[in-house]
Amino acid sequence: MKKLALSLIVIALTGSWQIASAGDVTGKVTLKGTPPPEKPIAFTDTCSPLNPKVTTTRHYVVGKDNGLANVFIYISKGLEGKKFPPKTEPVEINQEGCNYHPYVLGVMVGQPVRIKNSDPVMHNIHALPRVEGNQEFNFAEPSQGDVNDTKWVSSIKSPEVMVKLKCDVHPWMFAYVGVQDNPFFAVTDQDGNYKISGLPAGTYTLTAYHLKAHGSTPGVSQQITVADAPVTANFTVEVPAPQ
Amino acid sequence: MTFAIVNPKPAEKIGLKRFAVFTALMTFVLVWMGGLVTSKGVGLSVPDWPNSYGYNMFFFPVSKWMGGIFYEHTHRLAASTVGFLTLVLAHWLFGYKSRPALRWGGGLFILTGTGLMPKFPTYGIESISVGVLALFVSFFWPKCAPAPKWLRVLGIVALIAVIAQGVLGGLRVTLLAAALGIFHATLAQLFFLLVSAIALFQMDFWRRLPVHTEADRHHLRLFFLLPTCLIFAQLAVGATMRHQHAGLSIPDFPAAYGQWWPDTSPAAVQRYNENRMEAVSYNPITAFQIDLQMAHRLMALVIFVAVGVCAGRAGHFLGFRHPLTRLACLWLGLILTQVFLGAATIWTGKSADVATAHVACGALCLVTGGLSSIVSFRMLGSPVAQGVAEKKELTSLLPSSSITGGL
Repeated sequence: MKKLALSLIVIALTGSWQIASAGDVTGKVTLKGTPPPEKPIAFTDTCSPLNPKVTTTRHYVVGKDNGLANVFIYISKGLEGKKFPPKTEPVEINQEGCNYHPYVLGVMVGQPVRIKNSDPVMHNIHALPRVEGNQEFNFAEPSQGDVNDTKWVSSIKSPEVMVKLKCDVHPWMFAYVGVQDNPFFAVTDQDGNYKISGLPAGTYTLTAYHLKAHGSTPGVSQQITVADAPVTANFTVEVPAPQ
Repeated sequence: MTFAIVNPKPAEKIGLKRFAVFTALMTFVLVWMGGLVTSKGVGLSVPDWPNSYGYNMFFFPVSKWMGGIFYEHTHRLAASTVGFLTLVLAHWLFGYKSRPALRWGGGLFILTGTGLMPKFPTYGIESISVGVLALFVSFFWPKCAPAPKWLRVLGIVALIAVIAQGVLGGLRVTLLAAALGIFHATLAQLFFLLVSAIALFQMDFWRRLPVHTEADRHHLRLFFLLPTCLIFAQLAVGATMRHQHAGLSIPDFPAAYGQWWPDTSPAAVQRYNENRMEAVSYNPITAFQIDLQMAHRLMALVIFVAVGVCAGRAGHFLGFRHPLTRLACLWLGLILTQVFLGAATIWTGKSADVATAHVACGALCLVTGGLSSIVSFRMLGSPVAQGVAEKKELTSLLPSSSITGGL
């Protein structure tokens, strides 16, 4: 009886592990080459006290073993015609220290986005989408603690890689949001790692897009096949050759 | 072209002259401030209009004028000041005839304000204040004679233009339409020219100018007018470049990406964008923007040559002491300064102050060209008309028999 119970537990655990891991895509994005030095940000008098350390631009954030952060990973082919309900957990874009946090993020169409001002200074939030169906917006968050969770959802209704957000009061403040109509996307962490979970079995084109290295091109892609086992897909992003 | 003054009031004439010049100077300051707003990329830092962050524009606390808001908000306040000055100028050109208009207008504002009070108390108070002020002023309004009709019309056109300019600027903010910014910037230049011309017509210099004493046998008037038109087109191109919000589409000068004509293939443009490490949120550059900057450079060369030729011809045919030659030389000096500022804009990586000086100097180039053209048309008569007049004069001197014989 004891043995049977143990066997059942092992089977259940194995099964649950298989459910969790099948459809997982993990990997690392590595930067090849030496990026140009980042530019220091010249803060205004009101923002300087909020940033006692020297702050630079975040074009190339490189971590351990040349892992490249802030790369948006998404399925560019293979999910056509499939519909997914929007995620319900809200994503937060925080204005803190006269900068956007995070710098790059991904959201689903229809997913709640909370835009928050944690600074004791005024900010305006100006979104500049380029895809038809998405509407440019510009609104103010004049006080510390101001939160808006409706503007994004009512304005951004189509997938777009990437929508730029900027603050015109502080022109060095900008961030990017990758918008998808499915939940299978990720942004690489400080060391270039990412994980996409729950991708149904099938063959897909997985794309990695870095704002500076890829610009107006779609980014780098590779084909992946998701079956019973987790998939690993690594990418290499090259620093563009000097002009 | 002279004033028909019913009851000359020298002090008022001097007052109008000074006021018109002051309005033109303030307009120049406004153009400068508008240029600074675009150069700093802070045009949308105040996302609402006509309010500022929900406050009535005139009561927006100074403590909140931070970062880009300072430039945008002070630009709005300066624009309101210029609008008010233009309103007064347009009225002043009507002389004593403005008194009834001020009274009726004042009454209308008070009535409107009273109507607005229950729902929009702030606007109601503003409207009533303006009305009371207009009524009050109407009793002390200068009793000088009205300016000639054409000049009064110019005053009205200036008033319409400044209102349109304000609305255009506001709509650019509320509609988030970048293209409107181009029209806003271009109309600003035209408005500056118009107000400067009104100021010119008040000057003693203008009244003393001999009218059509010389025939324009060498088409000098066209040599003033055509480069002025080119400068206006150049300013429109410049406004288009600036309102792409993409920074410098070509970062070097006199070469362009190290070449005489840059590669604008998609691969090359992609490479240019990848290599930019901007600290502010510029839009990516495009091939169109690169071509536009090249057109701007070529046009600058054409304008420089055209103004140089104009100054040379004026000196050659009119002499270097002639007012038109002096104006042309001043113009050429401004164009040279403008070329240098254009180059400096690139060499400094589009430093906001230098780029704004480039905009302001461009406005001065247009105004100098425009006013010089007006002066040239006043001083130099049409060669055809002059020829006919001379022929008539000669004919009148000849005995009638010789005319008959000639026929």
